[in-house]
Amino acid sequence: MSTGCKLIINSALRAATHVNSSKLRPDLAKSSAAFLSSAPSGGKHTLPDLAYDYNALEPIISAETMELHHSKHHNTYVTNLNVALEKLDSAVSAGDVSSIISLQGALKFNGGGHLNHTLFWENLAPSSSSELSVGPLKGLIAECFGGFDAMKEQMSASSIAVQGSGWGWLGYNKKTGRIEVATCANQDPLEATTGLVPLFGVDVWEHAYYVDYRNVRPNYVNAIWDLINWDAVEKRLADAQK
Amino acid sequence: MMLSTVTVLVAFIFQGCFAKVDLPALPYDYKALEPIISSKTLEFHHDKHHAKYVATTNSMITEDSGLSDAPLEEIMKQSYGKNAGLYNNAAQAWNHAFYWNCMKKKGGGKPTKQKKLMSLIKTSFGSFDAFLEEFSNAANTAFGSGWAWLVFDSETGQLMVTKTIGAENPMNVNPNWAPLLTCDVWEHAYYLDYQNLRPTYTESFLSKLVNWDFVAANLETASAKSSTQEVGSEL
Repeated sequence: MSTGCKLIINSALRAATHVNSSKLRPDLAKSSAAFLSSAPSGGKHTLPDLAYDYNALEPIISAETMELHHSKHHNTYVTNLNVALEKLDSAVSAGDVSSIISLQGALKFNGGGHLNHTLFWENLAPSSSSELSVGPLKGLIAECFGGFDAMKEQMSASSIAVQGSGWGWLGYNKKTGRIEVATCANQDPLEATTGLVPLFGVDVWEHAYYVDYRNVRPNYVNAIWDLINWDAVEKRLADAQK
Repeated sequence: MMLSTVTVLVAFIFQGCFAKVDLPALPYDYKALEPIISSKTLEFHHDKHHAKYVATTNSMITEDSGLSDAPLEEIMKQSYGKNAGLYNNAAQAWNHAFYWNCMKKKGGGKPTKQKKLMSLIKTSFGSFDAFLEEFSNAANTAFGSGWAWLVFDSETGQLMVTKTIGAENPMNVNPNWAPLLTCDVWEHAYYLDYQNLRPTYTESFLSKLVNWDFVAANLETASAKSSTQEVGSEL
């Protein structure tokens, strides 16, 4: 059902139940209440387009990897997120708390996967197309790490050291106003897990680098710095500081 | 001066020879599991991934006089929950050695020749197909890097399917559990051959690769061990 359509029906239904509530058949009243109270799933999520072609990040990340990563992996997270949200809607409407809880794993995994990859594509750009110029981000990096190189070293080391699947992140701490390096396991999203606002992430799941780097994750992590979209990162910091 | 240097060298080499976890050779050549698992995958998986876990484990235990001569399972037991770095590498060394043996050329199908195993699968899961479904589900729903396992539970005398994350081995999760069969679902196990299609890899593993003789032998060992323990506790 489209969002617009649902709006019209909802308003009419609310009006009807308000005026006639005591006269509605109990089963009708119950199903209306369920319908009205069902958590809006926000419609269907979709796979975002990339701002560049699949081959734009070569030779650091091959077109083959980009196509697999975007059109298969990310797409699967989006599809499965939509499935999980539909199941959540049904469970909420039915008041089935047990099912609501059992869906949490799938929501975190697929929702996290969708969030993380969306951020990832936006914080990458063709090699040497952006640079970290003098500004708030550069200043904050110097203040919190001592310099860009020190931050790069810490973030690379942490990302490389992730056991199994996960992500390395540079995040903004709203409480302290500082930036920090953090890692998350699997598809656990940064903000929901740690409270840090993501500035940029590095996917260290094997699917992110296996085609191009095989088991040598350090080579991939060291190379990806050339692809960071510093304009996007600056903007994220500015938004987070508002 | 020179004598003590020589002594130190000899001691170093001596220790190197004995304080070691081995990288076992594959029980078959790289091409043996084609086309289900390519020789390229086996080569990388064994010679790079498995080898690195072994090397890292060895470099971490040379310092520790308690562990440097211990068998791998003891290293895992000692480090579980205490030394994540050591556990992750030691357990991965064990898991991979076990995994290679879980597969063979022209494997898979049903364990019809292994009567005791087949019978226990039926009583534990209801049917062989029910076991396949549960094992596939465990393999396909591990949210990240991990392993799917068939284990023997010495407390119930039944079989169970379980899944673990990262390097975790079921015998460390529950000392009553003895691994009988495993499938590696870290992406490096299947990425070159199946890319993102993990379910296809799992299905192929089950239908074409499983070495049921090895699984049956593991069951023999596990149930013999559990009955001697029972006898011991009655005395």
